[in-house]
Amino acid sequence: MLGFLVKRLALALLVAVTVSVVGFVLLRASGDIAVAIAGEGATETDIQAVRQQYGFDRPLPVQYVEWLGKTLSGDLGRSVYFNVPVAQLIAERLPVTLLLGALSLVFALALSIPLGVVAALRPNSLLDHAALWLAVFGQAMPSFWFALLLILVLGVWGRLLPISGTGSLLNYVMPAIALGYYATPAIMRLTRAGMVEVLGSDYIRTARAKGLRTGKVLFKHALRNAVIPVVSLAAVQFGFMLSGSIVIESIFALPGVGQLAWISLQRSDFTVVQGIVLMLSVIYILLALLADLFNAWLDPRIRVA
Amino acid sequence: MSESPVTTETAGAEAPAPLGPWARMRRRSLRHGSVLFGGFLLLAFVAIALTAPLLAPHDPYAQDLTKRLIDPVWSAKGSWAHPLGTDQLGRDYLSRMLYGSRVSLIIGLVAMTISGLIGTAMGVAAGYFGGRVDHVVNFVVTTRLSMPVILVALAVVAIAGSSLVVVVLVLGFLLWDRFAVVMRSATRQVRDLEYVTAAEALGMSVWRIVLSEILPNVLGALIVIATLEMAHAILLEAALSFLGLGVQPPTPSWGLMVSEGRKVMFFKSWLITIPGAALFLLVLAINLLGDGLRDVMAPEGRG
Amino acid sequence: MSGGMSPGMGETPLLAVEDLRVDLPLEQGTLHAVRGLSFEVGRGETLCLVGESGCGKSLTSLAVMGLLPRRAKRSARRLSFDGQELLGLSERRMAALRGNRLAMIFQEPMTSLNPAYSIGDQLEEALLCHRRVGRRQARERAVHLLERVGITAAGRRLGQYPHQLSGGLRQRIMIAMALMCGPELIIADEPTTALDVTIQAQILHLLLELKREMGLALVLITHDLGVVARVADKVAVMYAGEIVESGSAVEIFGNPRHPYTRGLLSCVPVPGRTRPGEPLGSIPGIVPSLVGSLEECGFRERCALAQAACRRPVPLHRLEAGRAVRCVLADPAGAPA
Repeated sequence: MLGFLVKRLALALLVAVTVSVVGFVLLRASGDIAVAIAGEGATETDIQAVRQQYGFDRPLPVQYVEWLGKTLSGDLGRSVYFNVPVAQLIAERLPVTLLLGALSLVFALALSIPLGVVAALRPNSLLDHAALWLAVFGQAMPSFWFALLLILVLGVWGRLLPISGTGSLLNYVMPAIALGYYATPAIMRLTRAGMVEVLGSDYIRTARAKGLRTGKVLFKHALRNAVIPVVSLAAVQFGFMLSGSIVIESIFALPGVGQLAWISLQRSDFTVVQGIVLMLSVIYILLALLADLFNAWLDPRIRVA
Repeated sequence: MSESPVTTETAGAEAPAPLGPWARMRRRSLRHGSVLFGGFLLLAFVAIALTAPLLAPHDPYAQDLTKRLIDPVWSAKGSWAHPLGTDQLGRDYLSRMLYGSRVSLIIGLVAMTISGLIGTAMGVAAGYFGGRVDHVVNFVVTTRLSMPVILVALAVVAIAGSSLVVVVLVLGFLLWDRFAVVMRSATRQVRDLEYVTAAEALGMSVWRIVLSEILPNVLGALIVIATLEMAHAILLEAALSFLGLGVQPPTPSWGLMVSEGRKVMFFKSWLITIPGAALFLLVLAINLLGDGLRDVMAPEGRG
Repeated sequence: MSGGMSPGMGETPLLAVEDLRVDLPLEQGTLHAVRGLSFEVGRGETLCLVGESGCGKSLTSLAVMGLLPRRAKRSARRLSFDGQELLGLSERRMAALRGNRLAMIFQEPMTSLNPAYSIGDQLEEALLCHRRVGRRQARERAVHLLERVGITAAGRRLGQYPHQLSGGLRQRIMIAMALMCGPELIIADEPTTALDVTIQAQILHLLLELKREMGLALVLITHDLGVVARVADKVAVMYAGEIVESGSAVEIFGNPRHPYTRGLLSCVPVPGRTRPGEPLGSIPGIVPSLVGSLEECGFRERCALAQAACRRPVPLHRLEAGRAVRCVLADPAGAPA
């Protein structure tokens, strides 16, 4: 277990460093960032000034090392548009995004796991087919369009829910549905497939032969094994949700990191964008790490090696 | 009186005439509802995209400020002159919808091809060589998965300048992860089969083995992933365009049209429902085709 | 060995099966996997169900336990355990019997234990779900039984997980698990097939010892006639979903009446009967398809003695004391030969 932990941590660290390099290079190599920052109608002198101010005229490795050093000490640079430290901007808005992500994940899991289990219990039943169609539709639905439809139906015509802002938890309901719905098909399919496989396994027959009640067979013996791959997927999906929050937050005017990224992109405030890319990547890497640890806890074949 | 002991085949069940794997698959696909439906729908979209200039009643770019926001034909104030009405700039919505299919399909096809080439090369290499190559590919995939796709795409497009070409390239270079993962495991399965070992024993070069023995056998998995990634690219383009950092106006992209219609969605809801529904149907068609093909190729279970 | 076929005069048998049928609906039609099986097992008795793979032995055991796959259909004139009819019993009441009064040991020890839970947890669970006892008592019982099935350092094993143990150890654990509630009947479905030959003998020996010691009734499903010869009180030979011959072990081995039984016996060396160097027989041909109805002797196509009468349904002829043979040649009402 200790060896596994060390290896896993080292991998996470290596991935994080690589992501930071790639992110850094990508922003520098995608075009002349100085031109983008200087904006339309900037003269050559303006652009030159930007280059010097940001240090874009120095060699890339030097820039990276300097940036990394600052980043590790918590300094992500300063936003041009907001004129405050990027770290502070992100810290202010991260809770909104994390709350949205968590609610979306809860919604997705609460919908997809029971559906997947029920579909697996009665393969080819009406419910199984309904769940499958829900998954097929969900995967084809553009999330921004689904969000707008929700606003139209629940917010404007139904007047059931507020359509923007962060006044109360109710403000998060529609965004969480819009963001979470996209993750349900994959989780549901994996749960169903896992349950079908586990339910046909010899140890489930053993559990039944012992005389365990159906509920205990399902929830103690089957679900635990079926859910192991779902944990990893849920972590991945949570990462996608954080990334997808840029669309949803901008639609529902939620002042989270996603909206911040969108605003910053429009204002060519790339220091902020870079900070957010790094932060989301690190969160994702941590999630993957946590999912692996959780899996190890669930699966003794990893834990007791 | 007694009969001689005879050894015969299994009584009853008659064995059907043996069919090749592809013939069997073709036959199964034709009976498979979602393959038929998805394939037919996708063909319809392709046909529309190819013949858009013939089908479109108006120039999709022609603005007419005197004809702004005309209602579609099914509402009381609509007319057949503009069956789907017009947008805020007075452009014929049906014509823009028809031309919009081109953007989505081109993005989907080209991005899928680029990412397919990258991902397949990585996956097949990892699966075939294993060992260190496998580790490196695994690491690259993990790294790629750790980066927020939408945000990275948006940032790159914002710096490089947004255009159809840039969007296609960005998506193509971002969406190869699933190809790599699936191709890796598919190749690994095929790799250990006897005929590959035999080919190696015969001294065939790695290239020939991969092209003649491995690729044909992982083609099924490749097709399924290709459909899924095509759908993925189409959805991402729509999202980028919706956020204003994808295809730029006045190009008729469905995502962009939803974004433009959003300002008046409370009064003119068809402006967002129609392009959104078109996106939904196109992606649904591709997904159904892909899911169906997966079922056809692995009939023992879906999920 | 008791030798007698009927479990005492007038006494209700522990397990009574009459006309058991298991049907599996398939695309090509219904597969009649078990076609009217009848047998009885008395207390403390060992019945061996013998036959080739695919003859319906395993489905028979699952049908008795109520563990058939969902799509399989079970029917019988009678399927009773200790006088209680099992057909139509609710899942809840069936579950109360399973693992408690009748237990089962499966063929595949490698996959029959849940990888996610410790050995101790899985053993204790078998007792806890049927008896009002505490964890500690369950634990003591588990340790006691693990020691009894020959596992050393039993206390330490409880904390281990299945993947840490060998197949032989796992099968011992499966046996201990079946014994947790002190059942009256154990159904063992090829319990040694998946194991190494040396381990096979050990496990079988253990099973017999426990059976004698605890007075269990045992239904042993096997295709290994060597095993049958050593352990059976009664033998039922199955072919194509039917019992083709049944009787006491002594009589079946001493005087096989059905051509299939004779064929089977000629395929295995029997100590004392087969001379060294003598060639072993084999039965040519393959088992008939059980999809759709089979209105003739299932063995006809492979039988050297087949005749016209074999093309009609062959009834089970009851011979002297508990002996039964499903063959026209055994018809006491004047058959040739």
